[in-house]
Amino acid sequence: MIPYLVALRAIVLREGLRFIHQRERFVAALVRPLVWLLVFAAGFRAALGLSIIPPYATYITYETYIVPGLCGMILLFNGMQSSLSLVYDRETGSMRLLLTAPLPRGWLLFCKLLGSTAISIVQVYTFLTIAALFGIEMSAWGYVAALPALVISGLMLGALGLALSSFIKQLENFAGVMNFVIFPMFFLSSALYPLWKMAESSPLLRDICAFNPFTHAVELIRFALYLQFNGMALLWVLLATVLFMACALWGYDPARGMVKRKG
Amino acid sequence: MSQGLSVDRVSYRYGDKVALDAVSFDVAPGRFAALLGPNGAGKSTLFSLLTRLFTTGDGRISIAGQDMGRTPRAALARMGVVFQSPTLDLDLTIRQNLSYFAALHGLSGRDARRRIDAALDRLEIRARAGEKARNLNGGHRRRTEIARALVHDPSVLLLDEPTVGLDAAARQSITEHVHRLCAEDNLTVLWATHLTDEVYDDDQLVLLHQGRILAGGTCAELRGDKSLKDYFLDLTQMPRQGAEAAL
Repeated sequence: MIPYLVALRAIVLREGLRFIHQRERFVAALVRPLVWLLVFAAGFRAALGLSIIPPYATYITYETYIVPGLCGMILLFNGMQSSLSLVYDRETGSMRLLLTAPLPRGWLLFCKLLGSTAISIVQVYTFLTIAALFGIEMSAWGYVAALPALVISGLMLGALGLALSSFIKQLENFAGVMNFVIFPMFFLSSALYPLWKMAESSPLLRDICAFNPFTHAVELIRFALYLQFNGMALLWVLLATVLFMACALWGYDPARGMVKRKG
Repeated sequence: MSQGLSVDRVSYRYGDKVALDAVSFDVAPGRFAALLGPNGAGKSTLFSLLTRLFTTGDGRISIAGQDMGRTPRAALARMGVVFQSPTLDLDLTIRQNLSYFAALHGLSGRDARRRIDAALDRLEIRARAGEKARNLNGGHRRRTEIARALVHDPSVLLLDEPTVGLDAAARQSITEHVHRLCAEDNLTVLWATHLTDEVYDDDQLVLLHQGRILAGGTCAELRGDKSLKDYFLDLTQMPRQGAEAAL
């Protein structure tokens, strides 16, 4: 068992070191949700009336509503960004180094996933701290309870990125991922508006949002932040994680030829 | 089963295009074998199969007695690889790069440090262990990658065109160094190249062309009185113009 853990520690540590060396990435990842929180939400507050829905016990401001969605946004963008780095890694060769290690490929990919999720979670808590400074606070235990929800959601979105990275042949295709994966996933979810509000304008859109696993990741985080458990969201997120991971393993199966190029 | 490297009737296709056609050769333990072929001969495909980035149902590969199909992890554990494209993390120091690799092979703590020091000594770069890979020139980056490939004491070392992009002096130095490693440490080496001056007369030569093995044997025996370049061009019936630059 020990070689597995030695490799896990090294891969997570390497992700951490890469993160430290790319501080601008950290700042950029924080600026995005903060702009949404402090500019977009402030402007939007007047336009959107929110009724009392679980897990909230009282009326809340719009800023309070979108905080869990913005936590999800950080996980989503980072998951996709790490898929970008995998495509780049693969081109520069360090992915080859990882995949030729004498450990099961599934384990190596899982370690990589856990490493990037850990980095995302540091960013989420930094964001939550800044949000608290602006008065959007949760209970202390809410922050603790959110951790497992963030881990599983991070793994789900990282696994999606991993699966996509095995099918993307070139770095340029990342723009396509932005347009066809990140934006639809984010906007067709409960991150910015509750589903009942969506249903008012279009029941179809509401159904799409309810199917989107990102919606369930956001709801899992939202409920956990208020010390409530959303079993359906957890089940949905777990199923999506297993599905995306299976796709990633299939994508990186050596029998398929991961980096099929002419020799 | 050979304790060195054995490739037995290995074939691979990209769709309809045959990249490797029943390729077979053995490299005995402690031998330096040069896999010579022009660009597009199938060398990189063969390396991808040898390192299990791809797998194929046609043929068998064994590394130090371990079958790549049946016991892939045991085979990978006995193999060191230097890829054609650079694989160093430029923001990390030489030692950090080697530690990361050691951990991927399950090595940590004092044991890993001892092995890393030994590998750095072998490639004569221990004095620079604390420097970031970004600050090294091309030759030293390659040396670092070779040192890294030796950290776990492999029996077989695979190098895929390791001198690409290096100047003449660095190229010669790396070529000599790996020949010496092979002789002194009883390391089995497979060195893929398209440059004939990297192959010594005593080396085993495997000639790959259009996915097939054209000839195998000791370089001196095969080339006879001709230069290796002429021998190769005659054998492949490649037009001399243009091929001169490639070889």
